[in-house]
Amino acid sequence: MFSWFGMVSFVPYTKVHEFAVWLKEGRLMGSVCKGCGHTTFPPRADCPECLSAEFAYKEWSGRGKLYSLTTIAAAPTGFEEHAPYRIGLVELEEGGRLLAWLGESLPAAEATVGAPVQVVPRILGEREELRVLYSIERPGTTWGRSPFAAG
Amino acid sequence: MRRVGVIGAGHGRFGRRSDATVQELAFEAYRRELADAKLTRREIDASVIAAVPEYHKQRSVAGVVQEYLNLNPAPTWLTEVACASGSAAIRTAWMAIASGLHDVVAVIGCQKMTELSTAEILALMGRVGEVQWESVFGTTFPAYYALFATRHMHEHGTTHEQMLLTAVKNHHYGAKNPKAMFQKPISLEKALASEPVASPFCVYDCCANADGAVCLILAAEERARSLSEHVVWLDGLGAATASISVLRRPDLTSIPSASQAAEQAYRMAGVSAKQVQVAEVHDCFTIAELMAYEDLGFCKKGEGGRYIEEKRAYIGGETAVNVDGGLKAKGHPIGATGVSMAYEIVSQLRGEAGERQVPDASVGLTHNVGGIGQYCFVHVFRRE
Repeated sequence: MFSWFGMVSFVPYTKVHEFAVWLKEGRLMGSVCKGCGHTTFPPRADCPECLSAEFAYKEWSGRGKLYSLTTIAAAPTGFEEHAPYRIGLVELEEGGRLLAWLGESLPAAEATVGAPVQVVPRILGEREELRVLYSIERPGTTWGRSPFAAG
Repeated sequence: MRRVGVIGAGHGRFGRRSDATVQELAFEAYRRELADAKLTRREIDASVIAAVPEYHKQRSVAGVVQEYLNLNPAPTWLTEVACASGSAAIRTAWMAIASGLHDVVAVIGCQKMTELSTAEILALMGRVGEVQWESVFGTTFPAYYALFATRHMHEHGTTHEQMLLTAVKNHHYGAKNPKAMFQKPISLEKALASEPVASPFCVYDCCANADGAVCLILAAEERARSLSEHVVWLDGLGAATASISVLRRPDLTSIPSASQAAEQAYRMAGVSAKQVQVAEVHDCFTIAELMAYEDLGFCKKGEGGRYIEEKRAYIGGETAVNVDGGLKAKGHPIGATGVSMAYEIVSQLRGEAGERQVPDASVGLTHNVGGIGQYCFVHVFRRE
C-alpha cells in the first residue's frame, strides 16, 4: 500500500506500509517503540535506540511550525508540469519533521519561517490508482480531496 | 603508519565534453599526471577510481578506466559517496599507502554527466535525499540547499546578495583558470537577475553539471622523496557523516559532518583554522560556501555573509577560498570534484598557480561534501 504515498512512488514496500492506509483515513501516524517508548515521525519499524522491531502507530495532530521553505522553479523529471511549487519543512508539535507541499490555504504572506501550520492528509483524485499525501495548510484546515490538480 | 605525499597531479578540461567518453577524459588527466610525476605506469601499484555510477551508461566504470589507462593487472576499485567520491578515493589511497599495502597509488576522479538532461540530473540528485518521505514531493538538490539558505537567512540575517558574492568571487578566479568550464567574470547585478531555480536561489547560486577528470599520484614518504622534489604532504584527514534526511538534522544552518571532519583533520595535522592560507570548499550552492567558512572555523557561526562581504575569502584577505573558480565556475563533475580540489591545493603549495597564486602558501585544505552533508571529507595538505 505504500505505493499510494506521494505525488509519485519510489518505495512500494516498507514495514511501515500501513502509514498510507491510515493517511487515506485522514490520520497522520508516527510510531512508538514497544520496547522503550521512543517515538518517531516519519514512522519507522526498527527502533534506533533499543533496536526493538516491535512498534505501534501513534497519531500525530499535524500541528506544527514552518521550519523552512522554498519554491521550486526548476523541477525534476516527472514534476515539470507542476512547477513552480512550494515545499516546506514542518517541525511537528509531537516531535519529528515532515516535508510536503504548501497548500493553497497558505498564501505567500503567511508562509514564513516560524508560522503555525496544519499538516492535512490528502487524497489525490482523478488518477488511475489511489494516491495519498499530506500538505501544509493554514491552521484549522481539515482534510479532504487534494486541491492539487491531478496530472 | 607511513607519511603519504602527492607526487604527481593532472587536470583535464571541465565542461560539456561531447567529444569524449569517460575513460578518454580520464586519460587526459592521467597523461599529465604521469608526466608531472616523471613516473611510468609500471610503477603504479594500484588505482582508486572516484565516480558516481548512475550518470554513466557504462557499468563498473573502474574496470573500463583501468583498462583504457593500460593499468591492468594492477588492482583498482571504485569509491562512491555522492559529490565527495573524489575525497573518499584520496582517503582510501592514503589508507592503502600508510598501512604499507601499496607504495604508489593513482587516484582518478572522472565523471561524464552531460549525456543526461538537466531534469534527469535534478531527479537523480534529488534522490540523494530520502526517497521514501521526501523525493515523492519532487525535491531537488538545489531545493535542499535552499531550505538551508532560508533558515540561514532567518537565523543569521544572511542576505541573498551576500550568498551571490561567493559566485562573483568564484567567477572572478574561474576567469583565470584555463581548466574551468566558465572563464568569464560576472557582476552581482547579472547574478541577481538570473532565472529562479529554488528560492532564494537563481541560476548563479548553483554550480553546473559538467564532465571532466583529474588524477593524483600518492606515494609513501621514502618513495615520494626519491621521486619528487616538491612533495605535498597529506598530513590531516577528517571524515564524518550526518543523517541522509533533512528531517533529522539538528539545524539547517550548518553541515555538522563538515565541522567534525575539520576538527579531526586540524588535530591530525596539528594546525588551526587560522593557519590555513588557501582552501578549496564545496560551493555546490552559494549558501554552501558561506556555511563552509563557518564550519571550517574561518569565521564564527552566522558570520559567513560578512566574511565574503569584507572580501576575507579573496587572495590578500584571510583564507583564500576557491581561487580556481570553485565548483561554481569550474563546473562540478561530481566524481572528479574532490580530486580537482586536491589538485588546486597541490598547485598552490608548489607555487605553480600562476596569476591566482596565494603568496607563499604552505598550508592548504580541501572540504568536500557529499549530498547535503551526508558525507564530508576534510584534508589538510602541507609543504615543507
